[in-house]
Order: sequence, then structure tokens, then C-alpha cells
Amino acid sequence: MSVNYGSKRTVVGAHYGIRDWLAQRVTATLMALFTLVLLVQVLFTSGPIGYDRWAGIFAAQWMKVLTFAVIVALAWHVWVGARDIWMDYIKPVGLRLALQVFTIVWLVGCAGWGFQVLWRL
Amino acid sequence: MTELAKKRPEFRNINAFKDLTTYRLPVAGWVSILHRASGVIMFLLLPFVLWMFDTSVSSEISFGRFKAAFNAGLGFVPGWFVKLVALALIWAYLHHLIAGLRHLWMDLSHDAVNKQFGKTSAIFTLVVSIGLTLILGAKLFGLY
Repeated sequence: MSVNYGSKRTVVGAHYGIRDWLAQRVTATLMALFTLVLLVQVLFTSGPIGYDRWAGIFAAQWMKVLTFAVIVALAWHVWVGARDIWMDYIKPVGLRLALQVFTIVWLVGCAGWGFQVLWRL
Repeated sequence: MTELAKKRPEFRNINAFKDLTTYRLPVAGWVSILHRASGVIMFLLLPFVLWMFDTSVSSEISFGRFKAAFNAGLGFVPGWFVKLVALALIWAYLHHLIAGLRHLWMDLSHDAVNKQFGKTSAIFTLVVSIGLTLILGAKLFGLY
């Protein structure tokens, strides 16, 4: 393989370290725990779940804090994963940069929508 | 020329339609590529997930719209199609979650990194994710 470090680093490449790898696993663990927490609350709700009960789950302050953290974790996790895919299949640097920018805009926009929903709950 | 130094065939410019279809993946390979595919599905469907979150928690009226989307449909999209998209999300989430936990397990335990565990855990992943998808799908489409 040709030299791709030092001054030859690929601008749209990985960050040559363990940070993203670890971030993907830490954020994954947080989301898995969130799934469990949400599932437990849904399963332990007595009676049919209508609007009040469902919205009530997310209305608790601790749940809002957790959901906020999970949205951040999700965006971060997807960024690492999506960039892996672009790095595997998209070789032209310009196109890869464009797709990475699209990914960031898409994820930041979606996270913003999530915060907006939480904010008015 | 020794056996090792012999030139091995090189494959370049793989054609996605002609060559990829001839590949025979082991189970772990299927779990791996489906992990990626399910991630892409959820990435693209993020706005739909957020729409469901938004309408289901914002107000009583929006909750009604959320429920109606699955029965009466959403705009020009019929209800059964909304359910089908939701089912795709359910499968993608289950597969991604279980395959992800399998990954974490392999990261943490060196005993789990061998051919046999790779195969059995891959079969487990496929059976549980597809099984749960079928059960939840039947519920979603009102079969029970």
C-alpha cells in the first residue's frame, strides 16, 4: 500500500486512531441500555398504552436527559458508521467529501429535530 | 518457482451484478453485510423515525395522526405501506442491535473469537432477529 500518513494523509480518511472505534462502541452501549430502559417502561405499564402513558414516559426529566444523550450518541455512532461505508466504497476524494458533508448535514438536522421534540414535551 | 511464489489469480474491477451474485458467503458474512445494510436503512429512514417520535409524543391530536398513518395511510401512501416501512425498521433495528451485541462480546472476550463461535453466534443472530421480526410483524399487521 502506498504511503498515506504524514503529509500524505488522506483528508477524507479515518482518524488513524482508536477514538472513533471506541466512540462507536461506547455510543452503541448507551443506545442498547436506552432500548432496555424504554422497553422495561413500556412492558411494565399497566393497561393499554395511549397518548398519556406514552408521552408520560418521555416527559420525566431523567428520561429527557437520557433521550438527549442518546440522540447525540446516535448521531455520533452513525457518523462513524456512514463514514466507514463511504471510505470502503467511494474512492474519488471529491465525491467522498460531498457525501461526508451530506451525512453531517443530515445527522445534525435530524438531531435538531429530535431536540425540538424533547424541548416542547 | 516454489508453490508459494506462484502467481495467484488477481481479481479487479468486480462487477456488482455479475460477480457479487456468485459469491457464497458464510453465515457470519451474511450477518456482517446485513449489519451494514440495516445501518444504511435506519440512516435513510431517520426522518421517518423522528416523525413517529414527534407525532406520537407531541399532543393528543398528533398521536391520533400517528395512529391513523398506520391504518388510513399518510398522504398518498397507503397504511399497509407505512406498516411495511415500520417492519423494515423493526428488522433493521433488531438485526443491528443483536449483531452489535455480538461484536461487543467478541471485543470483550477473546474466547469468543474463533471460527465455531463466529458461526453459532451468527446463526443465533439471524434466527432471533428474523424470528422476532416475524412475531412483531404479525402483531403489526393484526394477525393476532
